[in-house]
Order: sequence, then structure tokens, then C-alpha cells
Amino acid sequence: MTPDPRRLLPSADPVTLIDAQGQPAGIVAHTVPDDVELLASLAALITARRLNDQAYALVRQGRLAVYPSSHGQEACQVAAARVLTADDWLFPTYRDTVAAVVKGVDPVEALSLLKGDWHCGYDPYEHHVAPHATPLATQLPHAVGVAHAARLRGEPTVVMAMCGDGGTSEGDFHEALNFAAVFRAPVVFLVQNNEYAISVPLARQSAAPSLAHKGIGYGIAAERVDGNDMAALLAVLGEAVDRARAGQGPQLIEAHTYRMQAHTNADDATRYRDEAEVKEWLDRDPIRRLETYLRDRGVLTDETRARFDAEADRVAEHLRAGLNTDIEPDPQDLFTYVYAHSTPQLREQAALLSDELSREGTS
Amino acid sequence: MTVLDAEMRTMSMAQALNQALRDAMAADPAVVLFGEDVGALGGVFRITDGLTAEFGENRCFDTPLAESGIVGMAVGMAMNGMRPVVEMQFDAFAYPAFEQIVSHVAKMRNRTRGRVALPMVIRVPYAGGIGGVEHHCDSSEAYYAHTPGLHVVAPSTPADAYTLLRAAIDAPDPVVFLEPKKLYWSKQEVTLPASGPGIGTAVVRRHGTDATLLAYGPAVPVALEAAEVAAGEGRSLQVVDLRSIVPFDDETVCAAVRSTGRAVVVAEAAGFASVASEIVARTTERCFSSLAAPIRRVSGFDIPYPPPKLEHFQLPGVDRVLDAVDDLQWEQ
Ligand SMILES: Cc1ncc(C[n+]2csc(CCOP(=O)(O)OP(=O)(O)O)c2C)c(N)n1
Ligand SMILES: [Mg+2]
Repeated sequence: MTPDPRRLLPSADPVTLIDAQGQPAGIVAHTVPDDVELLASLAALITARRLNDQAYALVRQGRLAVYPSSHGQEACQVAAARVLTADDWLFPTYRDTVAAVVKGVDPVEALSLLKGDWHCGYDPYEHHVAPHATPLATQLPHAVGVAHAARLRGEPTVVMAMCGDGGTSEGDFHEALNFAAVFRAPVVFLVQNNEYAISVPLARQSAAPSLAHKGIGYGIAAERVDGNDMAALLAVLGEAVDRARAGQGPQLIEAHTYRMQAHTNADDATRYRDEAEVKEWLDRDPIRRLETYLRDRGVLTDETRARFDAEADRVAEHLRAGLNTDIEPDPQDLFTYVYAHSTPQLREQAALLSDELSREGTS
Repeated sequence: MTVLDAEMRTMSMAQALNQALRDAMAADPAVVLFGEDVGALGGVFRITDGLTAEFGENRCFDTPLAESGIVGMAVGMAMNGMRPVVEMQFDAFAYPAFEQIVSHVAKMRNRTRGRVALPMVIRVPYAGGIGGVEHHCDSSEAYYAHTPGLHVVAPSTPADAYTLLRAAIDAPDPVVFLEPKKLYWSKQEVTLPASGPGIGTAVVRRHGTDATLLAYGPAVPVALEAAEVAAGEGRSLQVVDLRSIVPFDDETVCAAVRSTGRAVVVAEAAGFASVASEIVARTTERCFSSLAAPIRRVSGFDIPYPPPKLEHFQLPGVDRVLDAVDDLQWEQ
């Protein structure tokens, strides 16, 4: 007999452990993380918000070409990285710079590409963070491959593969989930449903009851979680990582959140959504509710909060300093990394460019 | 690659490819094969025949039917210490994987400043001449050759099929390995394991003094046959087998073309914006002063690949090649 497929279905409502007012929601199916973990997560959230807002400001100052901000989605960013071990892999999108930073990547390096460089800026092997992907959902099959290779060698690696609500419409989302399920690859697919793909609302991406409901079609267990509730994200993603590591196959988590700012600085969100809608989500801010919860429990003092702010300032200052330093790119580097061993054709072209440059230098 | 006990055998290109995969898998546990029907069946062309039985399910396995997923998963496995060799069932069925190939396979090394290499091989049974129905006979080499970051090779003999596939699997960068379907069953005496030149070297298959035929993959036997016929008619044609499209062996090609002063490129693909066009352009740029006539192309027409009863009109044949040779301004 087929095992009851209902075990694969997500809960009717997204899991919330700390509600929008910062009060315990009284859910017993998941354990609220302890105060130490939540305090550390609050610190990370505060730094995350500062990074987002600093990067946004740097765009206006012309130091970054573009920045797709995760302002409002910081709890997803922080949780995605915090539930992983150093050996686990993270596959971020263009909106997930903060998650990459929480996993260990230097923020200046993480923003190299968005500064306008041609490469991802960091060594993906150092912190097991894949170069962030721009072609939507194309990184998801890679995540499956990394997980499958680890599994073949008997390594306990889990891979966190991120995408947005719009990305779930792409063919590679489907292929990745299907492959992961068939090979029981230890991948946690985290969909940050922030209601929009640039201007297009969720209703135009999918008619499924929820994006998490897509899991059952692949035989993947899925769950929905309040994407602005740090505690719920840590619990739900942490359990998903544990299940994947224990050999129970891939997991699909849909985090319900909201993109508080425009898609990027180049976008005008007033053309497709109301200010009233944005205001509603302001009341569900992930930082405020975690802070309220921790203050009510008496574990967060003004002094601690000031310490967290100071750390966020330090990181923002590091980012400013790093991005305000101009590094002259070497044009010859354009040829260096195309192949391990340059082809005769590229050597010829590199020589041509170098000749042009030397003539520029002498004229 | 070490040459162990060499053994002379007559084998088909399909057998040579199979042997190359077997030897590569035995030599390196990181080599894994996957794709559609490559397991129990051994692939629709039997290139992976017996490999699951010999090396187990974890080394040679069937995947769900999805080419983007296959190539995408190979990218991830290559990122994580493996050397995947994936099979696209037919040329035209590799197109769903095109985005993965162009946006990731070809660019990963560059996007990571050399930190992430993708040592992987995409095997593509390709081109026509087998009476196949639509979507089974495409000459898709130009798409790949036009994409910086890929190596693109096409063998024309069983021995080259073996050495080039071993070289492709050993290569630090991704290789699109084009297998001419119509040559799968062509046979040759081969001493294996054969060692040969790496990717990027062309070879003069037949020496000649009057004109040079430049060909690769399925067009090479046509060029050789044309040279044989021409010899009977008193014209000495030289034949160069390119073997590797990217990197391109300008040195061998130009030396051959200069030595004869006349040349014809023979290729199956539609001619417009093709690899054949690139060969004419770059060879003309380099050898213009040695040329007695413009280099000609004998290629496919610029039409979707025709049905079986009409495909012989599309394929470059001996007569068309010899007509082109006749056109090389002999009376000057
Ligand atoms: C294959 C592909 N098509 C189009 C785009 C252009 N694009 C960039 S982001 C985006 C919206 C994606 O929305 P979603 O997946 O919900 O992620 P979000 O930006 O909301 O985080 C689009 C259409 C792209 N990057 N890749
Ligand atoms: Mg979105």
C-alpha cells in the first residue's frame, strides 16, 4: 500500500512560534530555540538589516551597481545559514547576500559582483557557499549534484538551496526537486515567498494552494513557515536539515515573507503595489518581534542591544571601507580564467589586447 | 594515462567509446556516468553497455528524463569532487540543457576566478546519415563552439574516439564530446589503451599536394573517399581531420592549406554562421598570400534537417566535394 501521502503535506497555516506582537504562539509541535540561540540570532538580524541598508545606500552613492535587498526578509537569511554546519553548503540567489555573509563570506567579497566585477568575489570552497546565481532556479540542480556527490562518498553534508517564489515557476525548480527526491539527495529547498517576482504577484506564478504544496507531487515532505519569525524559521529549517542529514531525503520549506523595498534600486514598486500593503508588513517586522520576545523574557537588556548595534556598525563600516576602495581591474584577467590552459586563440587575443594597451600607454 | 598491456583489436567506434569509459572509471573512482537509459540498457547506442554491471549503480546510473537536470546535477557533482560524464540521448535533445551549458558549465571557472573548475564531459550522439526522423540528426556543434569556456571535440575514428574521450574525462575543463552517430559502427584495428595527442590537435589523414580538404567528425570519411576518387582522376588531395573544434589547431590547418594553396571545408551542419564558416574566415586571414583560390565550403543547406528519404541531398557527398574542388580556379 502507498504510505499515506498526507504526511508530505505542509501544515494549513505557516508555522509561527513567536507571533507578530512578540508573544509565544503556543505551538507545541516545534521547540522554540533557547535564549542563547535567539540572542545570537537577534545580533545577526540586526547586522543583517544594517548590511542591507548600508548596501542600499552604497548604490545611491554609486559604489554598487545594483543591490537586490533582503530588507524585511532578514530572518530567512539568518536562519538559512545558522542551521548549517561549516561543511554544509549554501546555494544563494542574488537576493541572498546576507545569508552568504552569515555563512562566513566577507561582505565586501560577497558584493564584488554587484559592485560590477565579473566574478563572484569569494572562494566558494572556503565557506561552502556557491557563487550566487542570477538565472532563476538554475542553481538548484547544482545543489542536488553537490548533495548527491557527498552522499555517494558517505559524507554527512546537507545543502541549503534557496530560491524565490517566482523561481518556482522555472523548469529547473521542477527538475531539481524531482532529481533530489529520486536520489534522496540531502537538500533543503528554501523558497522565500516574498509575494512578488519583480512586479508580478504570486497569483500569477502558481495556482497551487501554497508553494509548499508542490512538494507532494515529487514525494517531498514540505512545510510552511512564518518567514518573519526567527524562532519558527530556526526550528523548521533546523528540523528539515536534521531529516535530510538523517537520510530522509530532500525537504521543501516555504517561508512567507515580504520584500519591503523595490526589487532593486532600479525598480519602481509604486507601479504595482499599494503603500497600505507594505505598511501591513511593517507590523510583522522580524527584528521587532524577536526583540520584544527576548525583552519580555528578561534576557535582552539595553546594554546587550547596544552591543549588537555596535557590532552592526562595525560591519557596515567594514563594508563602506571595502567598497569605497577602488581596485583597478587588470584587463588581462579577462582571459585568465576562461580555461585552465589558455587556448592558442585566447593567447592570440590576449596579446592583441596587451598590444593595444601598450600603445595607449606610449601615445 | 598509463599504457598497460596493449592489445590489438578490431573495434567499432561504439566499442572504443565504451572501452574508454570503462578504463576511465577503473582509473579514477571520481568518474561517474549518468543520463537517460545509460544503466541497464547501456544507452540507446550501447555506449555505456555493461558499465553498471561492472561498476555498480553508484557509478553508472539512469536519471529522471530531464536534460537540464542531468547537466545541472553534473555541475554540482563536479563542484564537489566528481568527474561526471553525462550522456544526452540525441543532439536535439540536449537543447533543454542549453541554459545550464551556456550559463554555468561554460562560465563557472571564470565566475569564480578559477576557484571552481568543472571537469565534466557532455557526450552528444550527433549529426545525421542514419535515416533518423526529425530531432535526431542535428549538427549542433556551432552552438557549443560559439560559447567561450567549453571545449568541443568530434572524433572520426575508433582510435581517436578512445584517446579523445580519455583526454576529455581527464581534462580540467568541461568538454562537449560530439559522437558522429553514423560512425558508431565503423571499425578499425586499434591497439588499446591507445595514447594519443590531447584535445586541440588536428591530424593530416592523407597527404596530398593539389588541394586540402578540411573536415571533422562525420565528414572525414567523405573527404577521404573524395580524395581517393580524385587520385584516380589525377588530382592529389590532402585531408585534415580537425578532431578538435575548440581549441582549434590553426597551426596544422594553416600548414596544410599553405602547402597546397587551395582548400575546401567539408561539414554536415548548415553552412550559415557555422563552424565551417569560421574555418574559412580564420584560415583565409592567416593564409591569404598562399591561396590560389578562395576557400570553399561544402556544408549542409540552411534548412531543418530533412527526412530520411531526402537526407542524402543535405549530406556533403563525394560529388559535391569534388565539384567544389573543381571550382578552385585551376586555370590561372
Ligand atoms: C531565467 C531568468 N529569467 C528572468 C530573470 C530576471 N529576473 C531577475 S529577478 C526576477 C524576479 C524573481 O522573483 P523571485 O524568484 O520571486 O525572487 P525575488 O526577486 O522576489 O527574491 C526576474 C524575473 C532572471 N534573473 N533569470
Ligand atoms: Mg519573490
